[in-house]
Amino acid sequence: MIEREQVLHVAKLSRLRLSEAEVEKMAGELSGILEHVDRIGELDLDDVAPTSHVVDLENVLRPDQSRPSWPREVMLEQAPDPAEGAFRVPSPRAES
Amino acid sequence: MAELLDLTALEAHAAMCAGELSAEDCHDAWTEAAAGDELNAYLWRSQNGEAGGIKVERPCLAPIAVKDIFCTEAVPTTAASKILEGYRPPYTATAVRRLIEAGAPILGKTNMDEFAMGSSNENSAYGAVLNPWDRTRVPGGSSGGSAAAVAGGLAPWAIGTDTGGSIRQPASLCGIVGLKPTYGAISRYGMIAFASSLDQCGPLTRDVSDAALLLAILQGRDSCDSTSVGLETAPRLPDREDLRGLRFAVPAEMRSDGMEAGVRAVFEATLKRIEDLGGEIAEVSLPHAEHGISAYYVIAPAEASSNLARYDGVRYGVRAATDGDVVEMYESTRAAGFGDEVKRRIMLGTYALSSGYYDAYYGRAQKVRTKIAEDFAAAFGQFDFVVTPTSPSVAFGLGEKTDDPLAMYMNDFFTVPMSLAGIPAISIPAGLAEPDGGGPQLPVGFQIAAPAFGEQKLLEAAYALEQAIAFKAKPGNGTDG
Repeated sequence: MIEREQVLHVAKLSRLRLSEAEVEKMAGELSGILEHVDRIGELDLDDVAPTSHVVDLENVLRPDQSRPSWPREVMLEQAPDPAEGAFRVPSPRAES
Repeated sequence: MAELLDLTALEAHAAMCAGELSAEDCHDAWTEAAAGDELNAYLWRSQNGEAGGIKVERPCLAPIAVKDIFCTEAVPTTAASKILEGYRPPYTATAVRRLIEAGAPILGKTNMDEFAMGSSNENSAYGAVLNPWDRTRVPGGSSGGSAAAVAGGLAPWAIGTDTGGSIRQPASLCGIVGLKPTYGAISRYGMIAFASSLDQCGPLTRDVSDAALLLAILQGRDSCDSTSVGLETAPRLPDREDLRGLRFAVPAEMRSDGMEAGVRAVFEATLKRIEDLGGEIAEVSLPHAEHGISAYYVIAPAEASSNLARYDGVRYGVRAATDGDVVEMYESTRAAGFGDEVKRRIMLGTYALSSGYYDAYYGRAQKVRTKIAEDFAAAFGQFDFVVTPTSPSVAFGLGEKTDDPLAMYMNDFFTVPMSLAGIPAISIPAGLAEPDGGGPQLPVGFQIAAPAFGEQKLLEAAYALEQAIAFKAKPGNGTDG
């Protein structure tokens, strides 16, 4: 079972603000899904290597050649709050 | 124009090459057809052949519908999320660029489940897509807009993405062909990331030949995606007429679970057809395949929780208004910008990766992934293909499963194992069936999976079977197929 406190902790890690109703619902839904997932806990997987990727690739290298990158103004075009050639964000410690 | 719209993409291409059809006429006819979208299949449609910064130099292919998960220069790209409303990317995805270079104009951008998370297309921030066979039912997902557009006569062909079944399942529910290529066959550059070790682009088409043509255009190594390796040889158009000497395996563990009676009947009839064509059918054990859903719904959300960290209201997308500090801004932006399913997956993935739970969930899921891949490898030591129904049910009703996430996830039961193993799989329409409890006759898909990079063999077998099935039913007025 996922408790309310765990939901709040994971929401904080995820940078998600959940409403009171969402917290309640999320606890129930995550518990249901994890109960199903918990069946893999019964498998004997002691000597099994984990798979993070299916393509058998070595490091992919390329020559270190300079090439043009995106102009600053193009990258700022889609920003919600561009200012002075940069991405502006609220202060890390808001004055209140 | 009706006749023109009846042509497959390959037939239209042949007519253009022979000088019997002009690219302009073809484009105009399809633009007009797409404009009649009553299924909410499109989120954006090109006007007068204009598509942002994208220009087709020599159009010689039918125009194509592109899932809204592919970045297209100066053309709105939302992944059906509110958080990307109004976003116009500065560049075009490699897969789309290859289409443009091959001569296929973009017809429009298709609706989908938000960030490709869903199996019904009901998770779009811009409204559900309706199934052209029965508008009270879902088209499947997440590439539901692409599937509905092709099945509903709103596009000649389309591309989508498949992470755990998102091409194959909607193709099945809409009665068209959907191919998930081998992981690495097609570049993921410019494809908005959901679960990077699983995401793969692929065709949604009217028939197997169009899928082969599209795969030939899309596949290939791309210096912008180091995991793209391409196919060893470009696919050819399939022409095989029988299945003699080919061995098809039915996974014993996947034969019974939760399958509708009508789906089972069409599946068994298709196995019989394979035998009629000279193919051999036998049962195989894939002991870990039934744990695919468990492994997938840990691994995919874990990767998603990381990939979606980038939507924070700083560099692009929508920022929520706030008087608070930067962390409050992140939290409000993500709370307002993401839909319920996306939040659920971010929470699930973050939980599975969090301290104290990592080994029990993410670590174990990765080991199950290894076992599933080994099961397939063992099966392909004896067999050419593994076959299953694509989806345990025909198209279900809008709203039927939205309150039960796990029931929704079970739609992916037959498609997820192949995704985890990274192998190619195709869904072809195999017949019509009623849902359990009665209702209209709806399409049933048949899934064929092959070893990694076995696309040519897969297309040949699918083509031979397609000719024998001769599925001609179309969504129309009523349900007489």
